[in-house]
Amino acid sequence: MTGYDVKSPTRRGILAAGGSLVVSFSLLSRAYSQEGEVQPTAPPAQPKAKLPGSLSGDPFLDAWIRIDAKGEVTVFTGKAELGQGVKTALIQIAAEELELDPTAIHLVTADTTRTPDEGYTAGSQSIQNSGTAIRHAAAQVREILIAQAASRWQVAADQLRAENGMIMRADGQSLAYGDLVSDTNLHVEATPQSRLKPASSFKVMGQPMRRVDIPAKVTGAPVYVQDMRLPGMVHARVVRPPRPGATLGALDASAVETMPGVVAVVRNGSFLAVVAEREFQAIQAMRVLEGVAQWSGGVKLPKPDGFIQSLKSVPSQEGVVSEKGQTSGVAGAKTFQATFTRPYQIHGSIGPSCAVAQLDNGTTTVWSHTQGVYPDRAAISEMLGVKPEQVRVIHVEGSGCYGHNGADDAAADAALIAQAVPGRPVRLQWMREQEHMWEPYGPAMLTEVRAALDDAGRIVAWNYDLWSNTHSTRPGPAGSLIAAQSLPTPFQPPPAKLSISPSGNGDRNAVPLYAIPNLRVIWHFLPDMPLRVSALRGLGAYANVFAIESTMDELALMAGADPVEFRLRHMEDPRGRAVIEAAAKGFGWSSDELPEGRGRGFAFARYKNLAAYLALALDMEVERETGRSRITRVVAAIDSGEIVNPDGIRNQTEGGIIQAASWTLYEAVSFDEDGITSMDWSSYPIMRFGAVPESIDVRIMDRPGEPFLGTGEAAQGPTAAAIGNAIRSATGKRLYDLPFRAEKVKAAIGV
Amino acid sequence: MRPLRLLAVLALVLVLGGAAFLAYAWRSEIDPADPPAPASLDPALAARGSELAAIGNCNVCHTAPNGEPFAGGLGIPTPFGTIYSTNITPDPETGIGRWSEAAFIRSMREGVDREGRHLYPAFPYDHFTLVTDEDNRALYAFLMTRRAVAATPTANELSFPFNVRLLLAGWKALFFKEGAFRPDPGRPAEWNRGRYLAEGLSHCGACHTPRNRFGAEEATQHFSGAEVENWTAYAINAASPAPVPWDAESLAAYLRHGWHERHGVSRGPMAPVTANLGSVPEADARAIAAYVAEIMGQPNQERRARGEAALAATRRDIEAPLAARAGATGNGIGAAIYASACEGCHSGRRPPPFGGLNLHLSTAVNGPNPQNIINVVLFGLPAAKGEPSAMMPAYRSVLNEDQLVALLEHMRERFSDRPAWTDTRERVAATIRGERRITVYRMDGTTQAPPESSMRTTP
Amino acid sequence: MTVTLSVNGKTHRVEADPETPLLYVLRDDLQLNGAKYGCGIGQCGSCTVMVDGEAVLSCVTPLLLLEGRKVTTVEGLGTLENPGPMQRAFIEEQAAQCGYCIPGMMMRAQALLQADPAAGEAAVRAQLEPNLCRCGTHMRIVKAVMRAGELMRQNSRSGGAT
Repeated sequence: MTGYDVKSPTRRGILAAGGSLVVSFSLLSRAYSQEGEVQPTAPPAQPKAKLPGSLSGDPFLDAWIRIDAKGEVTVFTGKAELGQGVKTALIQIAAEELELDPTAIHLVTADTTRTPDEGYTAGSQSIQNSGTAIRHAAAQVREILIAQAASRWQVAADQLRAENGMIMRADGQSLAYGDLVSDTNLHVEATPQSRLKPASSFKVMGQPMRRVDIPAKVTGAPVYVQDMRLPGMVHARVVRPPRPGATLGALDASAVETMPGVVAVVRNGSFLAVVAEREFQAIQAMRVLEGVAQWSGGVKLPKPDGFIQSLKSVPSQEGVVSEKGQTSGVAGAKTFQATFTRPYQIHGSIGPSCAVAQLDNGTTTVWSHTQGVYPDRAAISEMLGVKPEQVRVIHVEGSGCYGHNGADDAAADAALIAQAVPGRPVRLQWMREQEHMWEPYGPAMLTEVRAALDDAGRIVAWNYDLWSNTHSTRPGPAGSLIAAQSLPTPFQPPPAKLSISPSGNGDRNAVPLYAIPNLRVIWHFLPDMPLRVSALRGLGAYANVFAIESTMDELALMAGADPVEFRLRHMEDPRGRAVIEAAAKGFGWSSDELPEGRGRGFAFARYKNLAAYLALALDMEVERETGRSRITRVVAAIDSGEIVNPDGIRNQTEGGIIQAASWTLYEAVSFDEDGITSMDWSSYPIMRFGAVPESIDVRIMDRPGEPFLGTGEAAQGPTAAAIGNAIRSATGKRLYDLPFRAEKVKAAIGV
Repeated sequence: MRPLRLLAVLALVLVLGGAAFLAYAWRSEIDPADPPAPASLDPALAARGSELAAIGNCNVCHTAPNGEPFAGGLGIPTPFGTIYSTNITPDPETGIGRWSEAAFIRSMREGVDREGRHLYPAFPYDHFTLVTDEDNRALYAFLMTRRAVAATPTANELSFPFNVRLLLAGWKALFFKEGAFRPDPGRPAEWNRGRYLAEGLSHCGACHTPRNRFGAEEATQHFSGAEVENWTAYAINAASPAPVPWDAESLAAYLRHGWHERHGVSRGPMAPVTANLGSVPEADARAIAAYVAEIMGQPNQERRARGEAALAATRRDIEAPLAARAGATGNGIGAAIYASACEGCHSGRRPPPFGGLNLHLSTAVNGPNPQNIINVVLFGLPAAKGEPSAMMPAYRSVLNEDQLVALLEHMRERFSDRPAWTDTRERVAATIRGERRITVYRMDGTTQAPPESSMRTTP
Repeated sequence: MTVTLSVNGKTHRVEADPETPLLYVLRDDLQLNGAKYGCGIGQCGSCTVMVDGEAVLSCVTPLLLLEGRKVTTVEGLGTLENPGPMQRAFIEEQAAQCGYCIPGMMMRAQALLQADPAAGEAAVRAQLEPNLCRCGTHMRIVKAVMRAGELMRQNSRSGGAT
């Protein structure tokens, strides 16, 4: 799994842990697994100590932290900066426990040659996993340095403290970290326990420290993979078929080969690309190459009309997500039943995917904004037919990806093209239309709720069925890559498998957090994927929370209760109650009558039922004549556990709300039998400034000492539901089918 | 006759004439009525009224940019001054809340408001007079169930004598033929329906027929095309400049969806029209299309051949772009600008509504003047909000007068077999300098969404 | 063809196909990173720069139109060591998530504030309509532009730069 061998537990490790160390590996995996990872089927031979966060995968401290003789501190993370501010947060964590100024930390992010393998930067787990690992590693490194100084000074360790990159004695003598490292071995395994600093002593953690990456981004520094310029670099463009699976026929590329600046036309089976010296030359050559390429065959897409409804009748496998009590035959005073749908939706990264690759001396180096450098390396090396060590993948920022977008495929495209021009770095940039058409989408979903209330207005039974593809087809295997699927002997996409796990996939957040005595949640897993799908921010949580929280409002109406009070009635988790109350109070939630055309909506969810808690309330205006709706005001409350950077939490939450609002009001992939028809921003519009709310107020709960909770995806599902609830409030009509385009809203309103 | 007697007779004639005119012109006030309770109005009637209101494009004139629907306040420039649309919401004080059904019907039929004042024909009652009583009742039911908005419209900016409403009676005597539509029994139902709608509520002639110096439509030039607010409304009779001739089928699709593969997208003042027609029964759009297509007439051999040639040229551009480019007429800056800034979208590889029309098929390029192209190139086609729609960026910050003239001349030469325009430079200069003010419309006409009440936007 | 254009106050003689969109000239010939490729068809605004003080989509503006014109990119608003008011405002307000759209936003906003230094929030929102942000940073972008306006007005009162 990593470049570092897992050694058997050291004597120190055993002594430090004390007691029993044997914890089932499968339990560890379940707690920390991320979507796309294959579940292990048997425990390993060696029992492992339970280490916090990603330390369990990379237990050696110097995998995470190195200090040189000059005292320069380098921190390594297997996570990547996606624009979510993780670099800054990790620096804050390391700086805090290492007692250093943040500017003294040099952070190295995901690189298969240099950093731990932390899988994907996904699932809102970076702080939970990498942050936890780094925090503990930093604390342990600090204690090791103290112990080293104690040994050198022959004093007790508890007489010393770390401060500003130095170990200090009471009498003022100090030893800089750099002076201690020569005698200090950091190539030791972490221990399960660490002496963590208490929140009351924090200087850096919990502070809204400014993002380390923003100044460069606003002054035009070369920050993104799109900005890379290497000596001898050439520009490439791929030519993709009109639909997936089409094969390339005979090709006369002579007209293209003679165009100005063209270095090569690369054809490998049905993989087609052109390389040129200058970027615009590559684009012009691509356009001509598109014209001469003849394609045949390919996958016929389903007819769009009635497609989502048809999800119920295609082959499926049933997975029981959760079962409690007895849901059939439960006597309820009132029942509610509804079907909700969600279309395919795109990531829509504002900068289409890009990668730079260079084949040099048998090693292919790829610079990519992939979320997973290690898995992408494995897939690319498999595709190229070489050993993984012959491929190096280094993360360089791209634009926001929001999940599995075209990055991994662009990396594979670049790697494949690089084989054709050895020695020269190849910059491969996807076009806007290619990103829109070839990125994997968030899957279309259909969900059905049947719920029953008793006389006292409490939910007594809850049946939830969801129909969905897998929400992760990340590489993984080479067969997940478009380039590999295009080769003369194509790699086949691996069949998707149903997997029920605590953090969920299509079933993410399918189980309400509310106290419901009788409950049955089933995932009707759909293995067949007529459109390419994978992980989009929130995964199943977006559609599942939309359905659950819309239902909660309907049940509240049936019970004659206020929507907020009704949720509190069923919420036993005190932290859930706290965000619900905070959002309602901050918003000024009431049941006062609203003027015509205005509505208010509320929603709550705990992301994955494991990560951050979020509640939000919003105001909407709905135009009766046109069906146009607009959010005016949002107040949200979020509990992310111990706060590393409150501004980061706020930024991510505001962003998640606006993005999810855009999905909810406007977005659906359009297609016909011949292929995808939503290929740019005119055919797939997203929210523009004119439609953005007037205000968004995010309140953060203060939870010192609590574990970090994943935050970046917490807003998606609740936003959709709150909008649906607000439209219901404004018009008296419930909408069940996303997105809530004007046509649907107007049809619900009537004349 | 002695001068004094002459004077006396003259005075008598004037007074008698004035009195006669007054008697002719004066209209009574219809008593104000209580606003009808929305619940008292038949919902089915109101629903029918909403369709008719869409056909009549009421929202387009009676909604100001960023204003409330139907609350008026849109300034309509005319050669006589600016007229502001009235509030036709059911507000009792500032709208038509106190208008009885009879008062409403009279306003449509005779162009007279409840108080008896003549209305300016900027409100096209010369067309709306055709609307039947039954349809007017539906419109009334629709309007009376809208949200009442208290909004006093801006006063008209008309100088003497145009601000004397009574004189409009004279205009009506000369140019207004009052009376509801009477179907021609010798013609099929669809034709009659098409004629009823096109000449009535849709008031196509209000833009597509040129007007005389009194602001009345020239009856002898029915559907010959005109210029309205610096957008050219093309001829929709036999003189239609469309390279591929329209027929009932293509026209119906265009009116309903706002675009057609062989004609382009509806933009400018036509955008709200197709946005509205997208929300009415298809049969109505088809009927209008059939009627107009008949007026255009069957294309003769020469026109058909030209249409085929345009389609063939388009195919060549798509299938052999390099060859087409090499063989394209025109060197120099116009061709270079076209190749670099326009061709990427307008090659025709990607068809409307989301791709640019290949200009061999463009009515604008083949039309009588380049004004519409100037408008679109300078100000772009802003996307509809939140709906898939055609869109195009604006080039006004990068093209100067010389460059735009060169581009237009190149387009005309390469994509049309018509003679060069003679007024290109004048129009370009006037538009860039702001002397010709252009209203820009969002491209809601190409969406499937319910129409926005106002699509006007600042450029 | 050689075209002479001024970019951020420096004169450049660019040797390139005259049809090359300004975006690629800036990025590839002049190594300026601010203007970004987002769509290449004028729909997203990531490529926005200023030409003679007006906001322009550089992806649809061919080099041949720019002879003798003055181009300003985000690099012309200030540097890492010495950021200009627009840049300072975006840093103060932490108005970025992935940051890819931000230089385009800044240039469009800069054009507005140069023309109308007292532009209010409604004008800012209307001005930014052609520019897309997928991360949802809109609220902060508006705040940053308003803050930039304040900083510029302060600067001009004390005779400094905009």
